[in-house]
Amino acid sequence: MAGRVSLILLALAFMALFLVLPLVIVFSEALSSGFFTYVGALNDPNVGSAVLMTLMIAAIAVPANLVFGVLASWCIARFSFVGRDLLITLIDLPFSISPVVAGLLEVLLFGTNGLFGGWLTANNIQIIFALPGMVLATIFVTFPFVARELIPLAQEQGNDEEEAAVTLGASGFQVFWRVSLPKLRWGLLYGVLLCNARAMGEFGAVSVVSGKIYGSTDTLPLAVESLYESYNIQAAFAVASLLAMLALVTLVLKAALEFAHRDELQATRKQKAK
Amino acid sequence: MSTAIDITLLGKSFGPHKVLDDVSLAVLPGELLALLGPSGSGKTTLLRLIAGLDQPDSGAVKFDRDDALRRRPKERNVGFVFQHYALFRHMTVFENIAFSLRIRRAPKDEVRVRVTELLKLIQLESLAGRYPAQLSGGQRQRVALARALASQPRVLLLDEPFGALDAVVRRDLRRWLRQLHEEMNITTLFVTHDQEEAFDLADRVVIMHGGKICQLGTPIEIYSNPADAFVHEFLGESNRIPGRLRDGVFVADAGFVAGTAEAADGAATAYIRPHHVGVTAQPRGEWVVQRVAATGAQARVVCGHHGVVVEAAMTADALLASGLAVGSAVDVAFAGGTLFDQDGKRPVKLTAARPALVTAGL
Repeated sequence: MAGRVSLILLALAFMALFLVLPLVIVFSEALSSGFFTYVGALNDPNVGSAVLMTLMIAAIAVPANLVFGVLASWCIARFSFVGRDLLITLIDLPFSISPVVAGLLEVLLFGTNGLFGGWLTANNIQIIFALPGMVLATIFVTFPFVARELIPLAQEQGNDEEEAAVTLGASGFQVFWRVSLPKLRWGLLYGVLLCNARAMGEFGAVSVVSGKIYGSTDTLPLAVESLYESYNIQAAFAVASLLAMLALVTLVLKAALEFAHRDELQATRKQKAK
Repeated sequence: MSTAIDITLLGKSFGPHKVLDDVSLAVLPGELLALLGPSGSGKTTLLRLIAGLDQPDSGAVKFDRDDALRRRPKERNVGFVFQHYALFRHMTVFENIAFSLRIRRAPKDEVRVRVTELLKLIQLESLAGRYPAQLSGGQRQRVALARALASQPRVLLLDEPFGALDAVVRRDLRRWLRQLHEEMNITTLFVTHDQEEAFDLADRVVIMHGGKICQLGTPIEIYSNPADAFVHEFLGESNRIPGRLRDGVFVADAGFVAGTAEAADGAATAYIRPHHVGVTAQPRGEWVVQRVAATGAQARVVCGHHGVVVEAAMTADALLASGLAVGSAVDVAFAGGTLFDQDGKRPVKLTAARPALVTAGL
């Protein structure tokens, strides 16, 4: 009994130290010089551009990985084809590579002296040190999130419901929209939330390809760093609090959705347990 | 006579493994036909080929003279019920049943009327708003059946429909399905590995083994005239007695006369059901009782003779009255059976040998 209590206390203390405390510090540091200084720091046009940049990157990278993740899980769960195992392995690649290396790879491909650099320069297309490069880097890093969430789910759920739909007269398209996609929707939601959080928070890969042009190719995480390096601590924490708030909004959103659909969710979970 | 489904020389292989070996079968309109066989005999594959869930390598499937293989599964209008129900987990019972109607863009009112009708049929009107996970196994299977019936399919295919249910639910659902079939008269094929289920439910039974059809007939035909040794053994316990037929008398290799049969001389094996084995106490008998077991109303007596072991079935009362016990010397006689040749084919009726012949044989 005493052992169980101390174990629970240990876990709670650990959570408080590593999860709650940093969050509290972010907000207290951000507000340390008063609320108006806080608002003033966020009112900086450079911060505004960083917010815009972050939202834009996420708005492209997340849907791209959503489509990819759904298609990959659909193919992997429904069909067996040559290269299926290779595909499953490759999806994990971004997890096992440091984001900085991923960024460097991109510079090697699309940079001025890179593999496609000459052709890109000749056609006046800028990828590195611009939005396209940052989007590509983000897509690469967040590649596995949706797919990883969906593939095991799709494999576990099997193919029975799709076959039933076919015998009931559904076309391939109808099977996908009415059966395959809806039955994956909770996994899809978690995958998108995780993917989005990472897309907004990504630092390493984006930092390498962005060139860190303050006020132009800056995202929120990059802005936090450059402000911190220039000893603008309070402003750095103010921007960091924005990121923290994004995370909190994500969590609240997820909880709210789960609450709104609790009946269905519980029913589906029960079936899973059997 | 017209046929509902005509299957001709249907073949299907998965890799080197031949799952269906040129199967031909004519299903009559409105009949309830069971595909019975051990696992791996190809019965589920046959069902899936009819539904269009798999494509055959060769052969033809016709629905009422219409070439089904040219049609995609969604155009075949076949109702399919899966062993594990395959209900749509994210839809309510109502929406599950309504699925095929929604796909066909039926008017809302029509959908409501039809689904309500089907809910009444499966006696689950009160559960229309539930999700499949909130239902029992038997209820799920009934919903699956209603879903398959919603678009009024011309053929109903059921793959081990009661396989995942416990015995009591199974029996109830079986009776209910039989009744339903009588009311709707829809041509129905169902796959099972349970002989009792097939015989209890079906008008005709197809026995499958190793990708081939061994026999097709009514339950009583098949049970009393098994086409080969496999069918005989599959349909119930069999005593196997190897021997030789000479001048119409079947003499076991162990030396005793087991019966008479009208067939050419040669090696053969007699297959005899335990209830056709008669055991009588006889102090000078050649057989010895090796084991006696009473399981409720039924009793089994195992007797041995020069290496041949046969099992006899009798009522527990008869066993008590006979006073048989392990070690008793007995006479064993066979009331009937079937002789198969060395390939397990060409069945011939084995009839009881007259006592005089038995003595002469010894």
